[in-house]
Amino acid sequence: MTMTVPGERSLTALAMLRSRLHFLWYLTRRSPLTVVGFLIILLVIIMVIGAPLIAPYDPNKVMLSSRLLPPSSIHWFGTDEVGRDLFSRVVYGSRASCGAAFMIVFISMSVGVFLGCLSGVVGGMFDSAMMRTMDVVLALPALVLAMALAAALGPSLFNSMLAVAIVRIPAYVRLSRGQTLSLRERIFVKASRTFGASNLYILRWHLLPNALSPLIVQATLDLGGIVLIAAALSFIGLGAQPPTAEWGALVSSGRSFILDQWWYGTFPGLAILVTAMGCNLLGDGIRDMLDPRLGPSE
Amino acid sequence: MTDIGMKPHALSIENLSLEFPTYDGAVKALDGVTIQVGNAEIVGLVGESGCGKSVTTMAATRLLPEGRYKITQGTIRLFGRDPTVMSDEDLQQVRGKLVSTIFQEPMNALNPTIRIGKQLVGVIRRHEAISRAAAETVAANILSDMLIPEPSRIMQAYPFELSGGMRQRVLIAMAFSCNPGLIIADEPTTALDVTVQAAILRLIQGRARRTGTSVVFISHNIAVVSQICDRLYIMYAGRIVESGPTRAVLDSPQHPYTRALLRCLPERVQPKAQLESIPGTVPNLLDPPAGCFYRPRCLEADERCHAKPQSTTLTGGQVVACWQRSKSQTHVSNEA
Amino acid sequence: MTIARIIVPRFILLFFVVFGVAIITFTISHLIPGDPARMIAGDRASAETLENVRRDLGLDRPVTDQFVIYVRDLVHGDLGTSLRTRRPVATDIATFLPATLELGFISLVLAVLIGVPLGVFSAIYKDGPIDQIARTISVCGISMPVFWFGMVVILLFYAKLQILPGSGRLAMEFASPQRVTGFFLIDTLLEGRFDAFLSAVRHLILPTFVLAFANLGVITRQIRASMLDVLQEDYIRTARASGLKRRAIIFNHALRNALIPSITLLGLAMGDLLYGAVLTETIFAWPGMGTYVVTSIQTLDFPAIMGFTVVASIGYVLINLLIDLAYMLADPQIREVG
Repeated sequence: MTMTVPGERSLTALAMLRSRLHFLWYLTRRSPLTVVGFLIILLVIIMVIGAPLIAPYDPNKVMLSSRLLPPSSIHWFGTDEVGRDLFSRVVYGSRASCGAAFMIVFISMSVGVFLGCLSGVVGGMFDSAMMRTMDVVLALPALVLAMALAAALGPSLFNSMLAVAIVRIPAYVRLSRGQTLSLRERIFVKASRTFGASNLYILRWHLLPNALSPLIVQATLDLGGIVLIAAALSFIGLGAQPPTAEWGALVSSGRSFILDQWWYGTFPGLAILVTAMGCNLLGDGIRDMLDPRLGPSE
Repeated sequence: MTDIGMKPHALSIENLSLEFPTYDGAVKALDGVTIQVGNAEIVGLVGESGCGKSVTTMAATRLLPEGRYKITQGTIRLFGRDPTVMSDEDLQQVRGKLVSTIFQEPMNALNPTIRIGKQLVGVIRRHEAISRAAAETVAANILSDMLIPEPSRIMQAYPFELSGGMRQRVLIAMAFSCNPGLIIADEPTTALDVTVQAAILRLIQGRARRTGTSVVFISHNIAVVSQICDRLYIMYAGRIVESGPTRAVLDSPQHPYTRALLRCLPERVQPKAQLESIPGTVPNLLDPPAGCFYRPRCLEADERCHAKPQSTTLTGGQVVACWQRSKSQTHVSNEA
Repeated sequence: MTIARIIVPRFILLFFVVFGVAIITFTISHLIPGDPARMIAGDRASAETLENVRRDLGLDRPVTDQFVIYVRDLVHGDLGTSLRTRRPVATDIATFLPATLELGFISLVLAVLIGVPLGVFSAIYKDGPIDQIARTISVCGISMPVFWFGMVVILLFYAKLQILPGSGRLAMEFASPQRVTGFFLIDTLLEGRFDAFLSAVRHLILPTFVLAFANLGVITRQIRASMLDVLQEDYIRTARASGLKRRAIIFNHALRNALIPSITLLGLAMGDLLYGAVLTETIFAWPGMGTYVVTSIQTLDFPAIMGFTVVASIGYVLINLLIDLAYMLADPQIREVG
């Protein structure tokens, strides 16, 4: 009997692999754009993690002898006004740009989900006050507020991140409160309450784990927009400050050279576009897959 | 069996098999379904939800989502014409004029942002070359024929201002508005209150008898259907398991499934006796069992049931697809 | 009276929102490191001057008093004085607002005119070639960094092809028209200067295209989604089963019902439009509110930044209120029953 066990195990592993591959193949046929989005995000992640391995030069190394060189086999994206290699700067820029976007989503989601679940569990006056406050903030143009806030905090990548994260909080509060309210009525939560579980216990063990998956989908969908916003704030001078390599800031410096050195601003901008597109394509794909109504057309 | 020279059947479906391709494989929704609906005949189509009743009629009117299903065999004839090869234009002419459908959900089956009158007039003027005023008169007449009080006021109303029963009457009026030869009533009373159900049934039956309209009446409730139908078809898991004149089917049900359905009716059970339900569930049509689909739930099943049962025609015009019935019968036919 | 039941809470919310903006901007103004009196008086001002400025600004009073004064000034339309231009912020905004409105309005119309049909056809021919094209355009629009797209467009049409101007509202040789509406398209025509009008049109093409493109994506996606929702409704099946023509079903039954929920989206799109306008104006040196606020940010001109925030927020809230009212009028269920 012991002889067959390893064989069986590898058989199931093989079957699983085959069913995974089959699913990927199905997805590729059904929704090629989702797969494209997935591949883009995969590439971006590799770029963020492996930046030192991928970038051929030190992104901050000044080489005054090779200023503003056009793209070539030596400098794929050309060089900037002090001779830094733009390809290396774009590769390293992914760390600042994508890292900022990720942090923004992470901060706003953690705070928003905590407040939203708390509001839903506690209820009463606390809930009303919380939701009215969120209504007021949601009724305002979020990005204009973020700009004002970032300006007040002082221009830096961290401050602009904080500003965008703050204005994004209400959306998550609302979403997670709705989740909490519907979950609260479910039997297992009610049962737990009859056993005398505290609000915090219910929040931690029943509500958070169950509310999480729709929130993560939402966060994936948000990521694309946040990449754009973070880059835009850097572009108008509120985010990353020179000489930090960040995509929005790179486009901003490239702007002065756009008429004669087109490559300077073009490549970092392209990186923003492609990354945002990857997030949006993947997010749309995931949402469609989870949508039970996805089916008959006409 | 179709006699040459005679008027064609309102609806004639022969040996129809249909499947929906999905990620997990093909769902075989219909398997060799045969249904004949004569002129001015009211026919019931009965079965649990998901057994293919609606799919059958929607295939006949081509209302299934295009490109998402595949007819693997069989033929469909609507008044002698094949809907599967019609042009879109022809199909639109046929729908509403020759055959119209009453759907189950009166809540959403009317457009919420358009007044009732306008929706009715739209359908009437699509098929009849008459003025708006004339169409409004026709609409008002048919509404009052459906026992709707103050038709002119109702025509000014939006759907959400009417009760469910009222909305269902409007839908029936809409279905009858162009005097079609065939009406498909897809569970038209299921969503309604029991007291309203009977009245709606009478309305459909009355109007159909007066105008000589054929009706296919779909329901999961054999008692409801038997009140107004001339003949019954019992469906199970995409197959017709039994058919015949209503009286014959009710008095001597042949298929074990039909009998089980009848045993489940509260009105047929002695007071204080146990109300029955059929154990088990409908088979998964992605991977149906071999032989008779009802076998896993059937109390009378034996070895023969592992093969697909043939249809047997009994003397009273009843047709049954069950091995247990065919043993005593000598006349085995495959006309299906 | 039933509509009142919906409108009254909206106005109450509006009141709180305006109050909320006041609190937020007031708080932000007090968060700023540094002494505002010093900023106004300049580095070399004497202690006495500083004291005077402080008293003029009310900075010597308690914070609550300062807030009351701030709100009172806001109500009277006093947004403070710009540190950079030395003019009242309200005057500055009034100067720059029409340019932004002209750019924003034309872009919005453009985006709606292209985005709505694109979304509708995309939904009707779901998964077909039209749908694939429309979805690609829409994803590009949504993912496009506006500031970069503007730059690329300038590079292409201004620098390389040299067929369109890349900055400003009018060519150098034309004087700005006398201000009547503040919209150059109207004012130049009022003066009968057709050549100036054409120049204004030419200057509008690139910025409106860039701004419209970003919003086009959002609009197309929304219309497509709600059209797909509507097309699988029961009443569409009823209409099909009644033999209505495909065109009649799409235009009389589906489109209308798909557009009603999209009205609300239009209000939210205003937020994107506003923010997109800030970036577009910066790139095209368009003398509007966006350029004004970005310059103010770069020079740390806080009264100007907060003034812009207040005006933009209240404008945004008011527009959304109007849109909600339009939504109620469009939906018979709300209109007739409430």
